[in-house]
Amino acid sequence: MALEIVEACIKCWACVPLCPQKAIYEADPHFLIDAGRCTECLGDYADPQCASICPIEGAIVNELNEPLNPPGSLTGIPPARWTAAQRETPFR
Amino acid sequence: MHVAVAPACNIQCHYCNRKYDCANESRPGVVSELLTPEQAVKKAVVVAAAMPQLAVVGIAGPGDPLANPERTFATFRMLAERVPDLKLCLSTNGLALPHYVDELARLHIDHVTITINCLDADIGAEIYPWIFWKHKRIRGRAAAEILIEQQQKGLEMLIARGILVKVNSVLIPGVNDEHLKTVSACIKEKGALLHNIMPLISAPEHGTYYGVMGQRSPTPEELKALQDACEGNMAMMRHCRQCRADAIGLLGEDRASEFTLDKIETMTITDDFLAAARQRRMAWREKIAAERKATEENDSARRHQQAVITLHRQPRPAFLHAGATELEVSGHAPVNHSPSKSDNVSGRTVLMAVAAKNGLVAEHFGHAREFLVYEVSASGAKLVGHRKTDLYCVGSAACGENEDTLEKTIQALAGCEVVLCAKIGYEPWKRLEAAGILPNGEHPWESVESACMAVWHEMHAAGKLASQVPAQKVA
Repeated sequence: MALEIVEACIKCWACVPLCPQKAIYEADPHFLIDAGRCTECLGDYADPQCASICPIEGAIVNELNEPLNPPGSLTGIPPARWTAAQRETPFR
Repeated sequence: MHVAVAPACNIQCHYCNRKYDCANESRPGVVSELLTPEQAVKKAVVVAAAMPQLAVVGIAGPGDPLANPERTFATFRMLAERVPDLKLCLSTNGLALPHYVDELARLHIDHVTITINCLDADIGAEIYPWIFWKHKRIRGRAAAEILIEQQQKGLEMLIARGILVKVNSVLIPGVNDEHLKTVSACIKEKGALLHNIMPLISAPEHGTYYGVMGQRSPTPEELKALQDACEGNMAMMRHCRQCRADAIGLLGEDRASEFTLDKIETMTITDDFLAAARQRRMAWREKIAAERKATEENDSARRHQQAVITLHRQPRPAFLHAGATELEVSGHAPVNHSPSKSDNVSGRTVLMAVAAKNGLVAEHFGHAREFLVYEVSASGAKLVGHRKTDLYCVGSAACGENEDTLEKTIQALAGCEVVLCAKIGYEPWKRLEAAGILPNGEHPWESVESACMAVWHEMHAAGKLASQVPAQKVA
């Protein structure tokens, strides 16, 4: 079992020093997790550290490809509101 | 200058979107180029050589410097070694501050800015959706409670160690506006040096919680009213331009684009280069100190001289002849008339907007990207704020370019009675007058303070300042 960083990652470095297994490394276009090292923090911490500090929804997923921080969970912006705002004024 | 070495953050604020990076945008938390500590130090060395006026290097993000302790402290240590004459400063949300205060003291950090938006966790819960604390993401009121406690503890520890503290607060209408008066009183009590109340920057295209949810920014009047209300407590900072985490240069004139990484990396830095640059900085500082002394000595004499020129000039539309006026002023040198009236003149305070550059009335009205706002009375001209005239983002098609710029500028100047500039066109002159703002191009290249005072005295002589002060009349 391992977590995965996907393209939403903004390379902010917050997760890198927190990983107890030193499984996260800088890469382009986004950071990556060494699946062989990642333990999802089991035995070290109650919560996976990378996903607990990551500021970007959807940037870290589990083996089922489910985001640990789903849309709206970090910004507090309801997903429907976000979609509507994007339609009106396109932005990232 | 700010060096952007600190990308990680340990909290989320509703006015911040960590995804954003736009070179056309200028606001905190936005940065174009993340630097390693080595790159940052080289950049600081190069900038300090090119700009002898550079005095301070700070780390302000784009995340939180203390959430990136290794990168931040490595940068500070190398800076202290290579450019020891530059002061170091840091800006933080305060969550990790108590843990690092001793390290900051050891490194002789000159001053620390803490962003404190509230003392009340219920208000904090409306500003901060989460924090990362002791290996957990904490949300809601519990998160705000921890953050507030750490901020206050950090503030107290810094003061106890003699490190200067500035406090930044973001004014969020309907959320913490009234509460910031309490914050101001509290931080003054604890010994903070300066309070910088900044307006919330909020637009849907920024993708922040406040932007998307339609939380409005405060008006310039609301900002000023709050700053005035807090002024009794302590020194208010009125010149903040909310710059980026990689800003370089003087306020309002960011030169970051001249010092990009690809330009800097090709340069070789020798000991001779460092020594020569330091020499230039020392010479610059001595020159400035001497100039400041001379200005203070000549100031009152110069003020009288300019008042005379204004009185003797034929009335004419300034927008046609501002260039000629400039020559006339520098060619004139009467110093004999105009007794000092300031001491026994009374009249109400006038808000004046100035298109200023380097302390002079030096910008064309249409070219001014911002106006400094002065409160002018018989006792002097005091900077109380600034008004931006352009949008925060000018490069993107999404940034409402079809709005009438002149109309927006006039709106931005609301509350000001006079606008001083080096030159102004006929159309904006008419539109300003129609909006009840008096344009004045009669003082080009004069120092801002003396130009404001000259205009105030003109208004006073014309009997425009007697109204709205009935209490004084009765007395």
